[in-house]
Amino acid sequence: MISWFKYKNYPHYWKQYSKKFKQKQPKSIENNRFVIFDTETTGLDFKNDRILSIGAISIFNNIIDVADSFEIYLKQEEFKADTVEIHGILKEGKLTKLSEAEAMEKFINYIGNSVLVAHHTAFDIEMINAALKRLDLPKLKNKTIDTGILYKKLEGKKDNHFNLDALCKEFNIPKNDRHTAAGDAFITALLFLKILATLKKQRNLHYSDLFRVSGQEGLL
Amino acid sequence: MKNTISERIFDFLKNYPPLNLIPNATLLEISQNVEIQYFEKDQIIFSQNDHPHEHFYIINQGSVRLYRFIENEKHVLDICDEGDLFGLRPLIMNENYLMGSSANEETILYGIPISLFHDIILNYPKVSQFLIASFATNTREPFSEKHKGKLFANVAAIQKIEHGFSEIQSANYNKNPITCSPDTTIQTACLIMTKKFINSIIVTENEIPIGIITDKDIRTKIGTGLYTIINKVSDIMTSPVVTFPQNITVAEAQIMILKHKVSHLCITKDGSNKTELVGILTQQDLILTQGNSPSLLTKEIKNAKDAETLKYIRAKASDLTRGYFEQEIPIYFVTKVISEINTAITKKAIRMSISEIGKQPPVSFSWLALGSQGRKEQLLMTDQDNALVFENVNPAEYNSVKNYFLELAEKVTEKLNIVGFDYCPANIMATNPKWCISFDEWKQQFKEWITDPIPEKILLSIIFFDFELIYGDETLYNKMADSVFETIEKNQIFLGFLGKVTLDNPPPLGFFKQFLVEQDGENKDSFDIKSRAIRPLVDAARILSLHYKLRANNTIARYEKLMEIEPQNSELFESCANAFKILLQFRTSQGLANNDNGKFVDINSLNKADRLKLKSCFKPIKNVQEAIKMRFRTSQIPQV
Repeated sequence: MISWFKYKNYPHYWKQYSKKFKQKQPKSIENNRFVIFDTETTGLDFKNDRILSIGAISIFNNIIDVADSFEIYLKQEEFKADTVEIHGILKEGKLTKLSEAEAMEKFINYIGNSVLVAHHTAFDIEMINAALKRLDLPKLKNKTIDTGILYKKLEGKKDNHFNLDALCKEFNIPKNDRHTAAGDAFITALLFLKILATLKKQRNLHYSDLFRVSGQEGLL
Repeated sequence: MKNTISERIFDFLKNYPPLNLIPNATLLEISQNVEIQYFEKDQIIFSQNDHPHEHFYIINQGSVRLYRFIENEKHVLDICDEGDLFGLRPLIMNENYLMGSSANEETILYGIPISLFHDIILNYPKVSQFLIASFATNTREPFSEKHKGKLFANVAAIQKIEHGFSEIQSANYNKNPITCSPDTTIQTACLIMTKKFINSIIVTENEIPIGIITDKDIRTKIGTGLYTIINKVSDIMTSPVVTFPQNITVAEAQIMILKHKVSHLCITKDGSNKTELVGILTQQDLILTQGNSPSLLTKEIKNAKDAETLKYIRAKASDLTRGYFEQEIPIYFVTKVISEINTAITKKAIRMSISEIGKQPPVSFSWLALGSQGRKEQLLMTDQDNALVFENVNPAEYNSVKNYFLELAEKVTEKLNIVGFDYCPANIMATNPKWCISFDEWKQQFKEWITDPIPEKILLSIIFFDFELIYGDETLYNKMADSVFETIEKNQIFLGFLGKVTLDNPPPLGFFKQFLVEQDGENKDSFDIKSRAIRPLVDAARILSLHYKLRANNTIARYEKLMEIEPQNSELFESCANAFKILLQFRTSQGLANNDNGKFVDINSLNKADRLKLKSCFKPIKNVQEAIKMRFRTSQIPQV
C-alpha cells in the first residue's frame, strides 16, 4: 500500500519516465539510443558530495548527434573549495544554474529509456541516484555501460584498468575540455565509438554483449 | 545556455575554408547541429552512385580516400586530410555521388547538414564563390597560394612549359573504344553496349570512324518506332563524328564539347575523320578530370526561364573567371570559355525574346556581336556592342520586317542589360535603326566607310569589322564578311588610314623609359592599359587580317594565322600574341581586384616584377607598329 501511495505522488515527468521502460526495447546496437554522460561533483562521497554539472551527448546508429546534447549546471549549498581546481566551477559563477530538482527533471526527460554510458558509470549513476533520493524518487532504471569495462572486453586488455586520460592516449582522442562534464562526456562518446568499432572487428558483436559483465564487483 | 561541445566543434570548423568565411553566430549554429562519425581504416563512407546523404563531411581526424571505378578498375583520385571538406557537390547538384569515399586510416568526420548549408550558400556569396571555384578546379582551397597552378589537383598538377601559355594538361580518354561496322544490326550493337556497360558505340569502316550511336539515338530513333532493331546501325548513327588529334588537352576538349554540343569526341590518328580511330573521349571523362563547371553553366543557361536566372549564371561565370585567374589558367582558355558562356547567354536571350513576341522572324537574320565581344576577348562585364542584319526584302515589306527586328532587339538588349551588360553609351546596338538593317544596306554602309575614311567613320568601322555571328543565318554572316573583304580589296588605301589610327596610340614608354601615365583627370598617374597597350595590338592584328582576308576575329587567333602566312615574321607575331595574352591577363586581374573594367592600372601599385613584365610587352607593340607604318605607307596618308 505504501509503495502504491508513493507512486501516486511521483511527479509527472517521473511517471512518464517509468512508462517508457514498459515498452519493449530494440535489441540491436544500431537501433538504440545511447546517452553518454558525465558529472562533475564536489567530491567522491555519495552522501555528502553534490553534483555541480551534468554533460551528455547521444549516439544513435553509430552517429554522435551534437544537436542532441545536454549540459546543465547546478546550484548547490555544499561546496568544497579544494575541488574547484579540477572542475573549475565556482559557487557564484556566471553560468546559469538550476536547482537540483529542476536539474533532475531535465536530465530524466533527456535520457528517457536510453542506455546510459559513462567512464566508470557506477560513480556517476550513484551520484544521480543520491540526488534522486533527496527528491524522494527511486533509482534510475536505465541499462548502463561502463566504457572502462567495455574496454576490458577487447583482446588482451582483460587485466588492464585505465583512467580516461590513459584511454584517450591509447585511442588517440584529443583531450579538450577535460574535467568539464560536457567535455568528458564528448570524449567518452568518441572512446565508446572507437571501442565498439574495434570490438566489432574482433568478433561478431551483439547488443547483449555490451551488458555482459565479467567483473563489475569491486569497482564501486 | 552554455554548450561546451558545440563550442569545441566551432573552434575546429572556424579554421577551415569555406567555413571560415561564415560569421561566428551562424557557424556556431552549424556547430550545434553537426553529426560525428567514426570510421575504421578502409571503412566505406559512401559508395560511387549512392544517393546523396543529408550531410557533407569535414575531416576532423584522419584522412579519406576518394576514388572512382572506371570499367571495374578502382582509381584513387584524391586523399583528403584534416580540415578538408568532401561530398558536398552531389548534395548541391542533387545528383548521386560521382566518387566513392573510404577512410584511409581511422577517421573522425563531422557531418554538416546540407539543409543548414543551402541558406548559407545563398546568403554568403564568398562561400558560394569558394565552392564554385573549387568545384571548377577540384582543388579544395582554390584561392590559396599553395594551390596556384594546380588546376587539376585530383589528377595531376598542371605542367607548365617554358613560356607557360599552353594548356598542356592532356585529357584522359578511353584508348580502347568499342566499335562496330556500319552493317551491324541495331540489336547487335545494343547487345554489345549493354554487355560492355557503355552508353555509346562508334561505327567504323576500316578503323575510320564514320558515325556514333548513343543511348539517346536508341531512345529517339528506336524507342519512338522510327526504326526497328533489325535496321542497320548506319541508318540511325550520327554522322560525321567530331574528331580531334591524340594530344587533346582538357581545355580543348572542353571547348569542342561546348562548341559542337556533343557528349563524345572521337580521337583519331591525325585528328581528322579520315584516319584511324584511336580513342573516345566523353563528357564524363572531362567531368572526372575537372569539375567541368563551364559545361554545367551552359546547361543551366539552356534551362533558364528568365533573364534573372541568366544574370545569376553570368555572375557564376564571373566567379569562375576569378577562380581561373587565381589558378593562373592560361588566358586563351579562359577567354574562350567565358566567350562561349556569353554567346550562350545571348542566344538564350534571343530565343526567349522570339517566343515572347510570339511570332517567328519574317525573314532570316543574323545577330552580330561587335568589338571585344566579337573578338571573343571579353572577360569582364562590359558594354553591349551588337548589330543585326536581315535578308533583303522588297520595299513594301521593309518597314514591317524592320519593325519586327527592332522589337526583337529591344527585348534582347533589355535582357542583356538585366544580365549585366550595360547598354552601349554610343548606342552601337541592334536597337538603333542605323544598325538593324538589311544586307544591302550593310553592304552600302561598309562601302561608305571604306571609300570615305574620315576619322569618325574609321572608328566605327574598327568596331564593326570585328563582327561575329552569335545567332541566326550563317550564310548571311558570310556574305557580310565577303563584302567587307571585297570592298577593302578595291580600296587598299583604307588600310593605310586604319594604320594611321593605330599609330595614334604610340608605344607606351616615355622618353626616359617611364610609363606614359595619364596627365590629369580621375585617373591621373594611372596607366591606361587598354588604350596604350591592348588596343594597338588589337588594331594591328585587325589591319593585317583584313589585308589577308582572314576569317578570324580573335586577336590571338589572328596573330597565330599570321604566323602561318608570314613565316619570316613569325617571331614578331608570336611576340605580339604573347604580349597580348599578358596584357589581357593583367587587365582582367586588375579589373577583378578593383571590381571595374580594368582599363587603368595604378603604376605605383605594381611590384618590380610586374612592371618588368608589362614593359616587356611594349617592344612587340613598337615593332608591329613599325611594320604597319612601312607596309601601309602611313606616312603618305594625310593627317586624319
